[in-house]
Amino acid sequence: MTINIKGLTKRYKERVAVDQLTLHIQQGEFFALLGQNAAGKTTTIKMLCGLLTPSEGDAIVDGKSIVENPKAVKQILNISPQETAVAPNLTVYENLLLIGQIYGYKKVQAQHQAQVQMDLFGLTPRQRDKAKTLSGGYQRRLSVAMAMMTNPKVLFLDEPTLGMDVRARNDLWNILKQLKGKITIILTSHYLDEVEALADRIGIMHHGQLHALGTLQQLLIETGKRTLEEVFLEKTEEALS
Amino acid sequence: MRAIVFAARNQKEIVRDPVTLLFGIGLPIVLLGLFSVMQKNMPFALYEMNNLTPGVIVFGFSFLTLFSGMLLGKDKSSSLLMRIFASPMSATDYILGYMLPLLPIALLQIFICLVTAIFLGLSFDKSILLMVLVLMIISLLYIGIGLLFGTLFTDKQVGGIFAIFVNVTTWLSGTWFELDMVGGTFQSIAQLLPFVHAVNAAKATIDGAYGDMLQSLSIVIGYTVFITSISIIVFRRKMQAN
Repeated sequence: MTINIKGLTKRYKERVAVDQLTLHIQQGEFFALLGQNAAGKTTTIKMLCGLLTPSEGDAIVDGKSIVENPKAVKQILNISPQETAVAPNLTVYENLLLIGQIYGYKKVQAQHQAQVQMDLFGLTPRQRDKAKTLSGGYQRRLSVAMAMMTNPKVLFLDEPTLGMDVRARNDLWNILKQLKGKITIILTSHYLDEVEALADRIGIMHHGQLHALGTLQQLLIETGKRTLEEVFLEKTEEALS
Repeated sequence: MRAIVFAARNQKEIVRDPVTLLFGIGLPIVLLGLFSVMQKNMPFALYEMNNLTPGVIVFGFSFLTLFSGMLLGKDKSSSLLMRIFASPMSATDYILGYMLPLLPIALLQIFICLVTAIFLGLSFDKSILLMVLVLMIISLLYIGIGLLFGTLFTDKQVGGIFAIFVNVTTWLSGTWFELDMVGGTFQSIAQLLPFVHAVNAAKATIDGAYGDMLQSLSIVIGYTVFITSISIIVFRRKMQAN
């Protein structure tokens, strides 16, 4: 499952949110997309998920164009949005079933898959609890589990550990590590330690453009810096006027 | 199929928030009781059950506007809709998913109000059964308005707008008084809006005036199609501009 992004651009009147983004992501790769706020990360993810129509360019996901065939692309990917996205009055189990069935699973198939995800994400003891009664960390966990319900070939995680405590973040990292190599994951995060721990390759966006691309080691060698934070600060530095 | 799955979820969300639901069903019953007491002490027949019941049931439908608007508005504010937008569901699936679960609630409202009204003196005949069908069609108008509100506004804004909406629909519907008692611009504005026609269609059914019923109902259906179409168009735009 490769993703081939070619000249992807999103323009809002005078403002260019994503500017001629060209990138190739390998099958099974864990790719981290970094950038300051408003760098264009979420806009990029929204275009790749078919939530926004690109102003220019295209991306080919598993041979299907996001511009010409967005419905086919939507069938093979899933997303855990930046904010927790769960149905508050449904139980954990019902939330998972809902997503499975919306993607076309038969009820029995969805029930089986929901059990698999609850076991994987440690949600089985809370399966009958309404989502609104869960702590922030558990809601995040459920949100990611819902994204995994459909066995996506591509998974988009938009700041999945935002607001989680240390233990909940660590637990989620361990789960994500288990998924490495099995599905293509695109992660955006402001936590650089998370990126260092999980990502195979890192892209740094600034003002809608890709300013750096490579493995952590490549970026450190290329810039002569000692940490990812130093690399990030250099690549996103604003010119002093 | 996707619409049905989504509708089942939406029904659970509404039913599991019982306070609003009970208020939407309970208030019309309280009003029926109060006005029937008032009628006993009035020298003329303004609030007789045959005259009052259709209007009170239509008044109760304004809560369907609240339910559909709040649910859609809440989903929009909570990122859940973004997750659903990223799925292979179509705009029609969403709109059906929000509309379908409200129909059983409308039927429940009608049933409970009718049982109460019969208990308070409404005479039961076959025209009541036809009125149930007419009222179900009218309920779509109120659900459609809720979807438009939910598409355009957040759940908090929908709550505020509902307070205005429920007053506008009640005063301009001729439920509590005949509009020609006020007359003038007030009556003209009321005639331009669908609410008085909704009440008139239900009243005409119970009176057996089927010609009048068809005339009023066709205006209500026209408004329903217009408002629901606008909801779908705006919803599609929101999906693409998310």
